[in-house]
Amino acid sequence: MMMANIEQEDKLQLAPKKFNMWIFIFTSFMLFAALTSGFIVYSGGHGTGINIKLPAIFTYSTILIALSSVSMYLASKAARELQLQKQRLFLWVTILLGVAFFALQTYAWLVLLPQMGVFFINPNASQSFIYVFVWIHLAHILAGVLLLGNTLLGAYRNKPQVKNLFGMQMSSIFWHFVDIIWIYLYVFLLLNQY
Amino acid sequence: MSTLAVQDHGAVHHGEDHGHHHHDTFLTKYIFSQDHKMIAKQFLVTGITMAFIAMILSILFRIQLAYPDKAFPLMETLLGRFAPGGRLDSNFYLALVTIHGTIMVFFVLTAGLSGTFSNLLIPLQLGARDMASPFMNMLSYWFFFAASVVMLSSFLVQKGPASGGWTIYPPLSALPKAMPGSGMGMTLWLISMVLFIASSLMGAINYVSTVLNMRTKGMDLWKMPLTIWAFFLTAILGILAFPVLVAGVVLLIFDRSFGTSFYLSEIVIGGSSVQPFEGGSPILFQHLFWFLGHPEVYIVIMPAMGISSEVMSVNSRKPIFGYHAMVYSLIGITVLSFIVWGHHMFVTGMNPFLGGVFMITTLIIAVPSAVKTFNWLATLWRGNIRFTAAMLFAIGMVSFFISGGLTGIFLGNAALDINLHDTYFVVAHFHLVMGSAAIFGMLAGVYHWFPKMYGRVMNEKLGYLHFWLTFIGAYLVFFPMHFMGLGGVPRRYYAFTEFVEWNKWLSVNVFITWAAIMAAVAQVAFAVNFIYSIFWGKRATQNPWQANTLEWTAPVEHVHGNWYGEIPTVYRWPYDYSKPGAEEDYIPQTVPLSQTMSSNVQHDFEDNPAGLDAYAKFTAAKKSSEEVK
Ligand code: HEM
Ligand SMILES: [Cu+2]
Repeated sequence: MMMANIEQEDKLQLAPKKFNMWIFIFTSFMLFAALTSGFIVYSGGHGTGINIKLPAIFTYSTILIALSSVSMYLASKAARELQLQKQRLFLWVTILLGVAFFALQTYAWLVLLPQMGVFFINPNASQSFIYVFVWIHLAHILAGVLLLGNTLLGAYRNKPQVKNLFGMQMSSIFWHFVDIIWIYLYVFLLLNQY
Repeated sequence: MSTLAVQDHGAVHHGEDHGHHHHDTFLTKYIFSQDHKMIAKQFLVTGITMAFIAMILSILFRIQLAYPDKAFPLMETLLGRFAPGGRLDSNFYLALVTIHGTIMVFFVLTAGLSGTFSNLLIPLQLGARDMASPFMNMLSYWFFFAASVVMLSSFLVQKGPASGGWTIYPPLSALPKAMPGSGMGMTLWLISMVLFIASSLMGAINYVSTVLNMRTKGMDLWKMPLTIWAFFLTAILGILAFPVLVAGVVLLIFDRSFGTSFYLSEIVIGGSSVQPFEGGSPILFQHLFWFLGHPEVYIVIMPAMGISSEVMSVNSRKPIFGYHAMVYSLIGITVLSFIVWGHHMFVTGMNPFLGGVFMITTLIIAVPSAVKTFNWLATLWRGNIRFTAAMLFAIGMVSFFISGGLTGIFLGNAALDINLHDTYFVVAHFHLVMGSAAIFGMLAGVYHWFPKMYGRVMNEKLGYLHFWLTFIGAYLVFFPMHFMGLGGVPRRYYAFTEFVEWNKWLSVNVFITWAAIMAAVAQVAFAVNFIYSIFWGKRATQNPWQANTLEWTAPVEHVHGNWYGEIPTVYRWPYDYSKPGAEEDYIPQTVPLSQTMSSNVQHDFEDNPAGLDAYAKFTAAKKSSEEVK
């Protein structure tokens, strides 16, 4: 209670705003939960799974995004320790890994899946679902990269440490979430390959 | 938060002297306001406007149902190509039903209700300066506004608005060529709903965060008024349910515009044109829709429940009966409402075993609903009831909730539902339990908190007139529909004269239509009262209803940040009405227990050992002094 009161008079309302981010993540999680449940209802009702072996490129992109979570963690650590130089460096690394992930995923849906005869417009909607998962997740990646870019910009503008840390916390909550969601989607797809 | 500039709230004169004593411009104060009280009023006025529009739509289709064979030249003047020769076009009839339902459920009873009262009361009743993120709050309103404009603009497109029903089941919603309303109208419907969902989520995120993080000193969860509990749980429902609708809508958009087959399978339009879809499942959409749709009906009713609880306690001058039971039943409803959606799909080809499971969960959810009902009745029991307009509407809410809830138990039975599904029985059920009950809860809130919003009181006499005409009107409209439904009359049909079997119900339809027209005219009393009172109503005192909650400790004029100086501290629950031994029949939450020695009871000190000690000393001293006498 004490805490709540101190924060209440706090002009920036940072704690409640961070809480907003957590709830937002929850809504996002529900969206993916709904899509995967939709998949289960569909494929369960039709007895048709994806019926292909997923291209290996998804494994590589998964590794990239996992690495980006590590660099994100290092950036936050550097920010807490007031090592601005290091914070910027690791933020750059995270953003680049995010962009690389984006590129790999795009390559997969533009080239690899069509080559394998897995089309978006498809009488077996289980296969269309792969595209939906990838796209909606990429939309989140895009938002995440923009958020990271904004934090990085703040780090160059020498914002006060309170705001810098706040920005770091907001973006790392979101970025780790986006990472975990992809791993969830990938495992989900792997389990439903046949 | 520190700008304590006085916002001149006269509303009549805000011209020349503007900007002298504070730095708000007209734009930041009235249009892009970030003040929760102004945003609440924006939601209310938009919600009421949408309600009037949706009501007029319903009168149009009621006229069609009562006089299917008659031409009304005026109709053609008004509606043009939608009523050729003065007779409503059959496709436009379906569009009217669809848009009426959509506006009422989402724009009036979700955004209008939650948007108004969560915004107004969460900061004021909890003792916060504003919402967690005032900016997001402002965005929430403007997304809602944009959604309203897009939804209404669908009346301007050539083929008319969406017409597949508010539940937009595919294939009607997925094949642009299926019916006139499936084209551009449906596209606009989808755009509008995406905006609407964004608005709802932004609002809900703010409400939850504010309730959890920004309560004033002393306001622990168990000291919150039931209004706040209801808004809080409603927001949680929205956060969990709306993203699922997004998922459903995204897949629908892919089917509509990209040619996928999530929901569509082999289908022929107009007997010849074979569509290139294969393998989709329309049932999938229904699952996704009703996973939102059922919680949505509770999103609509729970704020009304919270408002009625508060209004009934204040105006019975009694503590709400079973405060804890009220909270736990709200929580119970919140949880259970996620596992009953299948009761909307008993007859759409779901596995009958699954139907049995959903039947059981559906009947269980009637239990917390009944707990609430009994507690309201027990609150009224032997109270010192003040029949204010707000109180009448709150009692009306309970009445509708009972009469509509009972028919839910019939519908929740998978076997009975085979007969009742898609008949007027369902229409009667949800218009009583959701439509009427929630509107009455909302109106109770408007009459009760009008002084808080506009600094003036609404006219009571007009309020009574409004109440009685609406109350009687709603029963006259919806009660006969039960019999039509039992007689097998299906919903969403254009003209029953086309069917020999249902011809005989025409007289009932005429009766219902005239009752509806009467109820609609009664709303003029409300509109006049509302607008008149904003400008010329009687000025309100700070605590016009002698209520305990925090909002009545804030000054009548609106200040940015709600209270001058420090935010008040809370010492007790909000329902100390007519406490034995107290000087007055209400003790505001801000009065410490040390000032009310004569009315304290042991129970007040449950988790406060120091207080309990002092209380024991006080009672011991009192006893011994009595012995001396
Ligand atoms: C007492 C517990 C309740 C039970 C057991 C119950 C049961 C049902 C059932 C089984 C249906 C489906 C009927 C059919 O389509 O064949 C239904 C429809 C509906 N119920 Fe309830 N209900 C209850 C309370 C409520 C409440 C509290 C609300 C709203 C506040 C509500 C709103 C609706 C709506 C909007 C529909 C119709 C949706 C549509 O098809 O357009 N119900 N109810
Ligand atoms: Cu339901």
